[in-house]
Amino acid sequence: MIINHPLLGPRDSAEFVYLGDASLIERPDPAAETALADFVDYAYMRENPAGSLRELWFHEAGDRSWLVVTRNTMTHDISDVQMARDVARKIGRSK
Amino acid sequence: MTQVNRLKGGQIDRTQTLNFTFDGKSYKGHGGDTLASALLANNVRLMGRSFKYHRPRGPLTAGSEEPNALVELRSGARQEPNTRATTAELFEGLSANSQNRWPSLKFDAMAINDRFSNFLTAGFYYKTFMWPAAFWEKVYEPIIRKAAGLGSLSMQADPDEYDKGFRHCDLLIIGAGPSGIMAALTAGRSGAQVILADEDFAFGGRLNSETFAINDEAGDIWVQASIAELSALPNVRLMTRTTVIGAFDHGIYGAVERVSDHLIQPDSGKPRQILWRIYAAKTILAAGATERPIAFENNDRPGIMLASAIRSYANRWAATPAQRIAIFTNNDDGHRTATDLHAAGVKIAAVIDTRADAPRSLDYEVLQGAQVTDTKGRLGLSFAEVELADGSMRTIECNAMGVSGGWNPNVHLTCHQRGRPTWDEGLAAFVPGGILPPGMSVTGAALGQLSTHGALETGVKAAKAALGLKGRTAKLPSAEDAPVTQTPFWYVEGCSRAWLDQQNDVTVKDVKLSHQEGFRSVEHLKRYTTLGMATDQGKTSNLGGLAIMAELAGKSIPEVGTTIFRPPYTPTAIGVMAGRIRGMDFHPTRLTPSHYWAKERGAVFVEVGNWLRAQWFPIEGETHWRQSVDREVAATRASVGVCDCTTLGKIDVQGTDAAAFLNKVYCNGFAKLAVGKVRYGLMLREDGIAMDDGTAARLDEDHFVVTTTTANAGKVYQHMEFVRQCLYPDLDVQLISTTESWAQYAVAGPNSRALLQKIVDADFDITNEGFPFMACANITVCGGLRARLFRISFSGELAFEVAVPARYGDALMRKLMVEGEEFNVTPYGTEALSVMRIEKGHAAGNELNGTTTALNLGMGRMVSKIKDSIGSKLSEREGLNEPDALKMIGIKPIDGNDKVTAGGHLMNKDGPVDAAHDQGYVTSAAFSPSLNSMIGLGFLKNGDERLGEKMRLVSPVTDLNVDVEIVSAHFIDPEGGRQRA
Repeated sequence: MIINHPLLGPRDSAEFVYLGDASLIERPDPAAETALADFVDYAYMRENPAGSLRELWFHEAGDRSWLVVTRNTMTHDISDVQMARDVARKIGRSK
Repeated sequence: MTQVNRLKGGQIDRTQTLNFTFDGKSYKGHGGDTLASALLANNVRLMGRSFKYHRPRGPLTAGSEEPNALVELRSGARQEPNTRATTAELFEGLSANSQNRWPSLKFDAMAINDRFSNFLTAGFYYKTFMWPAAFWEKVYEPIIRKAAGLGSLSMQADPDEYDKGFRHCDLLIIGAGPSGIMAALTAGRSGAQVILADEDFAFGGRLNSETFAINDEAGDIWVQASIAELSALPNVRLMTRTTVIGAFDHGIYGAVERVSDHLIQPDSGKPRQILWRIYAAKTILAAGATERPIAFENNDRPGIMLASAIRSYANRWAATPAQRIAIFTNNDDGHRTATDLHAAGVKIAAVIDTRADAPRSLDYEVLQGAQVTDTKGRLGLSFAEVELADGSMRTIECNAMGVSGGWNPNVHLTCHQRGRPTWDEGLAAFVPGGILPPGMSVTGAALGQLSTHGALETGVKAAKAALGLKGRTAKLPSAEDAPVTQTPFWYVEGCSRAWLDQQNDVTVKDVKLSHQEGFRSVEHLKRYTTLGMATDQGKTSNLGGLAIMAELAGKSIPEVGTTIFRPPYTPTAIGVMAGRIRGMDFHPTRLTPSHYWAKERGAVFVEVGNWLRAQWFPIEGETHWRQSVDREVAATRASVGVCDCTTLGKIDVQGTDAAAFLNKVYCNGFAKLAVGKVRYGLMLREDGIAMDDGTAARLDEDHFVVTTTTANAGKVYQHMEFVRQCLYPDLDVQLISTTESWAQYAVAGPNSRALLQKIVDADFDITNEGFPFMACANITVCGGLRARLFRISFSGELAFEVAVPARYGDALMRKLMVEGEEFNVTPYGTEALSVMRIEKGHAAGNELNGTTTALNLGMGRMVSKIKDSIGSKLSEREGLNEPDALKMIGIKPIDGNDKVTAGGHLMNKDGPVDAAHDQGYVTSAAFSPSLNSMIGLGFLKNGDERLGEKMRLVSPVTDLNVDVEIVSAHFIDPEGGRQRA
């Protein structure tokens, strides 16, 4: 597969390490009342769609950036690639 | 006997005579021959024995689809089983042996299987060896293993090298027949970057095998001219002997180039084969078509071949399998073989055509509406029994027969992703369909365009479309455009032992039996009968099997469907998949800065991840590793030892939020750590399980150096980047791995300070007052060399770790040895390191094993409740905090001579020994020279409250059963007085 890195252009997937569902960015609030249940869901529950999936890839043999790659699990078609940091900021993650 | 079946003409180089042997017998052939064509020219039809029944077999085809003519090529370490004689290029000195026969090809004892064929039908393996179960291992399996399998391995390491390479192009053209060449000319002339690849050693595809004219000249003249033009274009890369084996994601294709397979051995410095990874923006599949046979009784005798194959041998290789040949066909293409053979002077016994209206010929007899019902001949064909249109029988004498059942487009690569072929009624064949791999188009015979004109025309069109070329199309070369219709004719009515799949010995009868027994999906049919398996993957047999299946089920062939085509297209050697990644090059070998020094000292090395680390340093007189390790431990604890710990991961953490960041990744707190201090840190996974541990040294307000375990250095760095970029993107912190930048040595033992004082520059106070336990500092050593000093201890002794830029690592180690002479300084390896950390009760990888929590490790209280960190929430889970949770403890045998082994389980002193009564397990064990007995670390239910308890340590696997005492994990200096001295 070829991943179109937002900064570096098209790169072979062999340069990357795969982590999984990009929902891992959405770490729950540890102070919430439901925190324990939220964290159990966060750590263990995953969607397993036959279709579009946002997932985390680490450019280990490259610039060491984490990317959010939107990949169709049926076709391996990649429709979108973003810097994970930008995705995290967009949903309000900061410090 | 010298090439009695050699004809005139052909594309062989008669000026070059090549000597070769088959089954020990010498023959001669010519340059341009394949092993099969040379053997046929020498009147050898018998080339192998079949897989199950050991029936005599000769080649069926003239290409890579060959099911029968598999030989062991070469000898010694280069011996290669299952090589297709039909594609193996002849070279001087080639030696080949037939397979699957004993004692000889002409007399094979296992041919007795053929007599018992009624017992060896479909599903034989599943049915026969059911009972008794105990017979499997001792009786059935050894017999089956001996009898089954094609060819044998040399059992020696492959002496050749294999490479991997990468290529990029605008257009990859797979197949260099008329269509592929025409596409390459069109694309090449436009200036696009083109790769034209063909599995054959000659370009031209079927044009090499036909007598068709292009532009009123012989086809191969047009091929030569076109290839000459393409060779002159700098933007076109021509690759022969290159099979595109798979279509992968995003326009990436795998291709195997057989660089040296046609040589007796590779030229110096050249690889045997190269696995290319081709990145193609667009692809044209011009892979041609494969002729399909017709099944009839005893249709597998040597000499019975595809009609197109006989034509190839005659026209391209000037070889004929016999001097008297019959043709059995259901279409016009079969007649071409008869015409060409007749022109070459070969006697045509008859053309047996299933069609009542088959065209007649002035040159030979055509039997209209006739069928071959049986054949005779022990080691090769001698007679064919033919049923004529009027029902009467006729025996025809012939020593070879060309069979043509029509052509199947080579759609394989169109299906390597989601494409499923569609059924073309006019051709009675599958053509490309469904969703093709992105960027792929199909041309020529692979598309179902079986005329030469159609091949040329679709080649031009596809190249223009793929590259978006506008403008007038150059005039197409003129070529035959005979209309092609193919009507289905799969097998002769009433046949039973009629071979569909000659490689796996699957007959019409087997398919019928499979259907009768309920295996009705194509995938079940395949697995039950083995139809379409093994090296040819059913290229000549699948459709016949499907057709019979469809007929029995009362369905159409498209309703039954096909099995899925998967890469590789043809058999691919594991060696080329591995490339250079084998033996010691399986992974990179990383050497520490003191490696060469350690080698000089005679160190024994051990692989730790990619690193080679000194395991121990034997000295004169030591004959057993334990002697060396015990000495190293004792000397370190008595005076001073030095160990290279460079391999520990080092991550530089800088930024105004560096401390806040470490607070997130470590479960214990770092915000209040003073500058100039080191703290042990435990990292958890988000699920609350311990991930890694190490130390973090605060060199400045906004600068930490973090260490990780050797094995986890990469993973921890990746995790820290995840936390930084994905969870807390606005923290002002930067990370960089500095593992390779610093050489780091542990200097441990009561004299470690005295030794370091001779090395550390005088400006720096390293007394206990000036530089207490857990201190760290930027210093200089040896008169101004920048260094880092950490007062940390893994051994439990007074100890330091000193780091210098990696390029000074070797010099520093040598200096430490010289300056340490007065203290009897002793280098120690990873074994002594491990013994000392077990004696001290420090957890390592064996304890941080992916199942243990901070609580298990005795560090439950370290998990800060006042701050959030990765894993802190889920480590509160009830299941991880049971009252009888496992706790880390020490284990000592009651009898000091007893063994303690890692992996053993702890059982109560009395009571049953079984999994239900399991109390815990041992993770690390070593002989402790300090205690003069074996000791262990492990986990025990509620272990911290069971110190002093007597238990049994058992290992049913190794028959271990010893009495042990549960003790504190800290065997040595539990108060820590030594490391603070």
